[in-house]
Amino acid sequence: MTEPKKQAAEKEGWVRVLDSDEVRRAITRIAHEIIERNKGAQSLAVVGVRTRGEHLAERIAKMIEGIENMTIPRGVVDITLYRDDIAHNPEQPLVRGTELPFNVDKKAIILVDDVLFTGRTIRAAIDAIIDYGRPRSVQLAVLCDRGHRELPIRADYVGKNLSSSKQEVVEVCLSESDDEDAVYIRPSRKPKEGA
Amino acid sequence: MSSTDLKIGPHLLGIRGLSREQVEFILATAAQFVEVSERPIKRVPTLRGKTVVNLFLEASTRTRTSFEIAAKRLSADAVNIGAKDSSVTKGETLLDTVWTLQAMAPDVIVMRHPSSGAAHFIAQHLTRSAVVNAGDGLHEHPTQALLDALTIKQKLGKLTGLKIVLVGDVFRGRVARSNIFLHTLLGNEVRAVAPPTFIPPDLAQLGVKLYHDLPSALDGADVVMSLRIKTEYLQDAFIPSTDEYCRRFCITEPILAKYAPESIVLAPGPFNRGIEMSSEVVDGPRSQISKQVNYGVAVRMAVIYLLAIRQGAMNLSEHLKEHSA
Repeated sequence: MTEPKKQAAEKEGWVRVLDSDEVRRAITRIAHEIIERNKGAQSLAVVGVRTRGEHLAERIAKMIEGIENMTIPRGVVDITLYRDDIAHNPEQPLVRGTELPFNVDKKAIILVDDVLFTGRTIRAAIDAIIDYGRPRSVQLAVLCDRGHRELPIRADYVGKNLSSSKQEVVEVCLSESDDEDAVYIRPSRKPKEGA
Repeated sequence: MSSTDLKIGPHLLGIRGLSREQVEFILATAAQFVEVSERPIKRVPTLRGKTVVNLFLEASTRTRTSFEIAAKRLSADAVNIGAKDSSVTKGETLLDTVWTLQAMAPDVIVMRHPSSGAAHFIAQHLTRSAVVNAGDGLHEHPTQALLDALTIKQKLGKLTGLKIVLVGDVFRGRVARSNIFLHTLLGNEVRAVAPPTFIPPDLAQLGVKLYHDLPSALDGADVVMSLRIKTEYLQDAFIPSTDEYCRRFCITEPILAKYAPESIVLAPGPFNRGIEMSSEVVDGPRSQISKQVNYGVAVRMAVIYLLAIRQGAMNLSEHLKEHSA
């Protein structure tokens, strides 16, 4: 195990549950499972949920391409316009846009996110995808499943199942946006300042 | 990216009063909405259950339609009220009309009115609805300036350090005024060229450079905005004749090619071919007119979205407070 680079991790209460090798192995295994379950990579498309799901989707798509020696279409969904809590939140979030630059119809879509928690994000992401067409199937791949579902949603491919309390926060770090690949569990910060 | 210090609202009454960051935030949001109109299903569920009233007390087809389509693509319910349908024609005051509307709990009221300041006036009296100014008298038309800015940004890739020329009726131009506020805010050079009767007396105080001949105004311009000569006012003798106006100020391809070869041309519409611009310009590659219509829907979606989610959440928390007490 390498030393955690993230300074915050040295703070009290942070527990690292996956290091960079474990993240890599989880992604490799998920890629293989996807190919196995779909009997190849024909008609697959990999779609990440912004922002960290986007990076994971890219990694999974690349790995599938390497194994199957073909190109896989990929896309990104931004769920801002599909959230179910918008009526309760006076904040004006930045809309970042959905990009699905392929025909969704009849594709087997692998939806990728970093953490599966309440399931509300995934519900929103599925609605967003279906506005673009009628996929043959939508399958869900997540790096971590932390439980506490509020909707009847489950993942088809899971990097690691975590047992966490609802008050804890699961932090996924990926080298594309953070300075390392790792997953931490930390206590929630006390009341949000200013927000 | 944090947007917590970038709150837009509660109303959008004009470009004046917005910060540069707020303008950029609205444009960034609008840029994302462009794609929604290109989907097979041109609708997102975001504002389900929200109501947008389009109160247009002055004739308008394109702006009203644009706001209506924008509201519907966000899944809001859009209700249109024109001057002929409203009780204003029966002698009701504007405030009474607006209070009646508010009792029906719209989240957003989009208003066009022939009097300057009308949108500010109703906004002062409304506590549960966001107001969008869709043109008030000679004053402002903020969403038009924002959609012009989005058009420029998408085409030229930037929105600062540009030379922008307004040609035509600046005097009766609320579009001109909103654009002047916007582009001086963003650090662009704003020029105006027209017969002196079309130039308001204190225009230079807004930071606009005045010209009286087209070639020198166009010299090196990046963006040319053509403002409509309102032919219905011609009897007011602002100009001797459209022919004479056209000889001196009509935007033609040879003039653009000579003095502003890299320029793009915008017109808020409607426009008169052969008076403000030649047909060659209107239909030519510089013209961004159809893009403006396209981006107009996206900008209005962004404005309605930003104001409605804020207003809606505030109304909901009031509602919950009342019912838990």
